[in-house]
Amino acid sequence: MKLLTSRSKVVVQKKMNLMERLYIPAILGGLLVTIRHLFGRKTTIQFPDEKRKFSPVYRGLQVLKRDENGAERCTACGLCALACPAEAITMDAAERKSGEEHLYREEKYASRYEINMLRCIFCGFCEEACPKQAIYLEGEMALSSFFRGNLVYGKDKLLEPVKTVQDKREVVIL
Amino acid sequence: MTELTFKIIFIIIIFGLTLLIAMYSTLAERKVAAFLQDRIGPNRAGPFGILQPVADGLKFFFKEEIIPSTSNKILFILGPCIAITTALMTSAVLPWGPAITINGQIYNLQVADVNIGILFVFGVVSLGVYGIMVGGWASNNKYSLLGALRASSQMISYELAMGMSLIALLMSSGTLGVREIVEQQPGFHWNVFYQPLGFLIFMICAFAETNRTPFDLPECEAELVGGYHTEYSSMKLGLYLFAEYINMFISSAVMASLYFGGYNFPFMNELGLSPNAISIIGSSVFFLKIIIFIFFFMWVRWTIPRFRFDQLMHLGWKVLIPLAVLNMMLTGLFILFFKS
Amino acid sequence: MIEIAFFSLSILAVIFAILVITAKNPVHSVLFLVMTFFSIAGHFVLLNAQFIAVVHVIVYAGAIMVLFLFVIMLMNLNKESEPAKPLWLKLSGVITSGLLLLVLTAVFRKTVDKTAHVLPNPDIGLVKNLGMTLFNDFLLPFELSAVLFLTAMVGAVFIGKVKAGN
Repeated sequence: MKLLTSRSKVVVQKKMNLMERLYIPAILGGLLVTIRHLFGRKTTIQFPDEKRKFSPVYRGLQVLKRDENGAERCTACGLCALACPAEAITMDAAERKSGEEHLYREEKYASRYEINMLRCIFCGFCEEACPKQAIYLEGEMALSSFFRGNLVYGKDKLLEPVKTVQDKREVVIL
Repeated sequence: MTELTFKIIFIIIIFGLTLLIAMYSTLAERKVAAFLQDRIGPNRAGPFGILQPVADGLKFFFKEEIIPSTSNKILFILGPCIAITTALMTSAVLPWGPAITINGQIYNLQVADVNIGILFVFGVVSLGVYGIMVGGWASNNKYSLLGALRASSQMISYELAMGMSLIALLMSSGTLGVREIVEQQPGFHWNVFYQPLGFLIFMICAFAETNRTPFDLPECEAELVGGYHTEYSSMKLGLYLFAEYINMFISSAVMASLYFGGYNFPFMNELGLSPNAISIIGSSVFFLKIIIFIFFFMWVRWTIPRFRFDQLMHLGWKVLIPLAVLNMMLTGLFILFFKS
Repeated sequence: MIEIAFFSLSILAVIFAILVITAKNPVHSVLFLVMTFFSIAGHFVLLNAQFIAVVHVIVYAGAIMVLFLFVIMLMNLNKESEPAKPLWLKLSGVITSGLLLLVLTAVFRKTVDKTAHVLPNPDIGLVKNLGMTLFNDFLLPFELSAVLFLTAMVGAVFIGKVKAGN
């Protein structure tokens, strides 16, 4: 018989000898394999208490970034919404009033910025599209809620807290 | 303390212990499964998940009770009742330890020392299948019915081999009383060394009788949804599952007392302890043996895959029964030529 | 005490036996029959014959009735599937069973004596004594019944083989 590939194997169904037909050695072998796992190292990670270390390129929930002075970077240009394949992002733009310079970096900002996390596919296109380095997929990875409405994240949930000024990633990219 | 009050207290203790061990077998099952699969298992309810069985039990009680509208209502409720009753009845004839002496009076750690003890266990176990059959049929569900049919055919097939393997043991010990059989195995003279083949057959049949993997065809999830308890919910389902664990406990106890010396342990009489101390140690040793067997049941469950139905019948009728007959004949020949 | 147990067991046995034939559902019939066997096993216990009682339960309730139940469940008998019987069949059934009843009554009237018996050995039902009696006094009937069972077994296997061959 001609073999199709160099790796193909001819299967022979040979008759089992007495020892094999007793099955008891095989069963004992199986029991030995499982008992070894009884004493082996456990791979469980107690999730909410301890978290697995992520690779630096993982994509979590979106975070709206602030600049080094704590002002919002987003200028509501809408490129992220345009890039979004799942159409999960909506926003309203507003003009910065005088006296608000410490809140918003440029004259235009997003008064409303919403990401529907049920639609988001975490592709990271918004991160790539943003010209102002205002959005990064670096937040939590587990989102949960009892109501679907809670999963439309507004600025209150997306915006980075003021205290964290410097971010390692930003340094790497900039 | 009269004999009667002692018996009543003892029955309550044994009853409680059986339920407690069955309860914690559910946790142990999950823990063993987890450890054999490199996981940790339930550990949220109390330290190391100690309270998990309580949580499970409470959940069973609070679940909605569903009785299918097309089912046979009386038999549907009767099914789990039969299952749990027969499971709990077997512990009556097992000796749980040597006699203890309180205020100069001797009490046997056994509910009823009947002279047909092992046959009583056998009879009650053979009735246990009614719980499954009645429940499966009354559900009026094809899967349940198939599970019930499988359970009954499996029970009948393996009861034969079990009985025959037992006959060899009874021939060599010459009695049907469990206490006498246990007392014939002092120190390390366990029956398993004289009846290795018989023990192997008995153990395989015990797996089949308790519907444990690799013989859990009556309830195999892959083919029959839930088998005979597909339609059951709430505590009625809980009773079925509980009966399975009690059966496992009882068959471990039977195996430990018939083949592994029961409450006997090596150097029992050479230690020079008081009889009561020996009784307590003996009972603990007996429970240790039972727990080892229960662990073995679980260990096998998470190692060996389920049989196919024709393989099951083949093993029962064409392998185990001839082997049991052979074992019986060998024992008979041995007794005839060497013992007299 | 024993009399109360005897009478309650007897009443139960008779009630369950009547229910076996009056129950419309064959599965109920089988379960009532199992209950009848239990009450009879209770009678054996009253006679101090625990061995026979337990064997009775194992063999009849534990094995034979399970097989009965197995077959009945598979056939799924119920009221709708019961064929309508013609009148002559019903009539002939009444006549034959009436005749059987007549014969049985006549036989029992003649043969059963109503004086109370005392067993020569009250422990005859225990395993040891029963074995001694079976293998000494009743060896021939015992072996003959064994041969009878063997014949039945060979016959069953033969019938099964013929069916499988076709």
